[in-house]
Amino acid sequence: MKNKHIIAIVGFLIGVYALVPILIGVSGRTDFYYTLTSVALLSIASAGVWLTFYIGRINIGQGAYALAGGYVSAILMTQYGMSFWATLPLAGLFCVVLAILIGLPILRLRGVYFAMVTLVLTEVMRLAALAVPITQGAKGITSIPLPGELSVFGITVIPDFSTLANPKIGFYWMAVTMMVIAYAVLWRIVNSRLGHLCRSLQQNEELASSIGVNTAYLRVVAYSISSFLGGIAGASFIAISQSIYPSSFQVADSVNFMLNCFLGGLGYVFGPMLGTLMIYFGWDLLFTTGEYQMLIYASLLIALMLALPNGVLSLLDKKKA
Amino acid sequence: MEQIIVNGLYLGAQYALIALGLTLIFSLMNVLNFAHGQMYVLGGFITYTVVAQFELPFIVGLFFSALVLALVGALVEKYLFRPVIKKSRREESTMLLAAGIAFFLDAVILLLFGEKQRGVPKIIDGVLNWDFIVVMPYDRILIGGLAILMIAAFILFMQYSRAGRAMRALAQDKVAATLMGVAVDRYAMLGFALGAALAGLVGGLLVTITGINLGMGGPASIKAFMMIMIGGAGVISGAIAGGFILGMMESVGLTVLSEYGDITYLVIFASLMVFLSFRPQGLMGKPWG
Repeated sequence: MKNKHIIAIVGFLIGVYALVPILIGVSGRTDFYYTLTSVALLSIASAGVWLTFYIGRINIGQGAYALAGGYVSAILMTQYGMSFWATLPLAGLFCVVLAILIGLPILRLRGVYFAMVTLVLTEVMRLAALAVPITQGAKGITSIPLPGELSVFGITVIPDFSTLANPKIGFYWMAVTMMVIAYAVLWRIVNSRLGHLCRSLQQNEELASSIGVNTAYLRVVAYSISSFLGGIAGASFIAISQSIYPSSFQVADSVNFMLNCFLGGLGYVFGPMLGTLMIYFGWDLLFTTGEYQMLIYASLLIALMLALPNGVLSLLDKKKA
Repeated sequence: MEQIIVNGLYLGAQYALIALGLTLIFSLMNVLNFAHGQMYVLGGFITYTVVAQFELPFIVGLFFSALVLALVGALVEKYLFRPVIKKSRREESTMLLAAGIAFFLDAVILLLFGEKQRGVPKIIDGVLNWDFIVVMPYDRILIGGLAILMIAAFILFMQYSRAGRAMRALAQDKVAATLMGVAVDRYAMLGFALGAALAGLVGGLLVTITGINLGMGGPASIKAFMMIMIGGAGVISGAIAGGFILGMMESVGLTVLSEYGDITYLVIFASLMVFLSFRPQGLMGKPWG
């Protein structure tokens, strides 16, 4: 069993780091770099949503943290001249602080109450971005510089993106690396003591707290990690688009992050990754159908839900049984 | 001040009607109907088609919109929600389905009615002017009155009719209601149809005043969610209270906070969070509904 895991992980790494660039090089479809970068970044944010599902909360507020993270990074870069690589963790940390402040009251809510409050939170973050002067309102922040050089003790670890022949490849490597790290951390969390405790929250919060689990603390910890992932995904996204507006992440994005998790399967760590890939590519492939794109997309979602209400990865269960 | 209160009451009556449909569906089936805002928009467009294009009286349009939406609601419940609820391991899975239906309705509305803003001519002209203390167009008074009338009719229906009693029993305890011989499937379908019809009615009422466009669905859903959070999900009195409170806060906020820019909803949300940290289940909700 252990060997199988290692083979799967090595295969996945070879796939994303070697196979994808080779295939793109052969087919000449360099636009896929951008698509796959988006999928990787979106799946990081979805991983955060998945973690809140893991403690039994439906989170439709990830767009709020992606927007907050994006703005923190954009403001630090354009107004304080900081390097992108320094703003990335700061954006994540800002979201952690925000998540603790907002999470303490709202994590007492459950079920649809929590879902609704987080949905409203997304809308409120958009309104806040419009109202606060530092975000420059509806004009947004544009011409954000590309990520610069990152060097440790004089050795260049990451080259300046503007010197690259194709910065998109640089972004692809960055996004994929972040995704691999994020999912490795997520997998580690789920299979640790913290993960077991989170599972106990998902199943029965009263019972868990009656045997001495500090539920309030755990909820905030899980929600903060989730928001951290949302924040860094948002910050990386604006580095690619080099601009941010209050509408960069809105309610539809928050709902999509949640759909990614549902579609992939809530019981599987890698569910959100698969779900993001399917939703993003499904939407792109349907582009050729023109005005019927939305109709077909929505019908497919509904059909998939009727056929596999527990997510696509639930197909694996039947094999085991 | 009087003007603010009257505006708040008028907004609140419409909001309460939207929230009632959402809370009815939630209490019966534990489904958060993401598509509620889209149903409201669909109702508005149907009324517009009947009134402005076929040139039939407004009341026919209203009736027709309620009828179509009730049909949509019944079909959605029977063929989509019921099978998914039976099969899925976690009841939250219905949220994906509801979001899918919201996207689907958006697409249907776009294909059938286009993306233009639509409205119907005023039903009655003139403005009520009470010494410049309260200024209110007559059509708004009529719409507000109609909304309050419908809320009253809905409460009477739920309180005294056989079907209303059955639905209240279902909302309280599904198993017990089944054991007492309530046909659960039939009443769940009726409840969903009724909830959707209410959304259609509000859409039909509002198309005469604010008009309707495709983008109004999402924000309407969000407002409805806020109302049932204030009042408590799954409780009829809570939905009405939530609707009037939100309407009043919006009316007061738009007047008092206008000099600080567009921050009314920021303030409302912040106060909602403070309120929810003291009372997570809302004003009248059951704990952990």
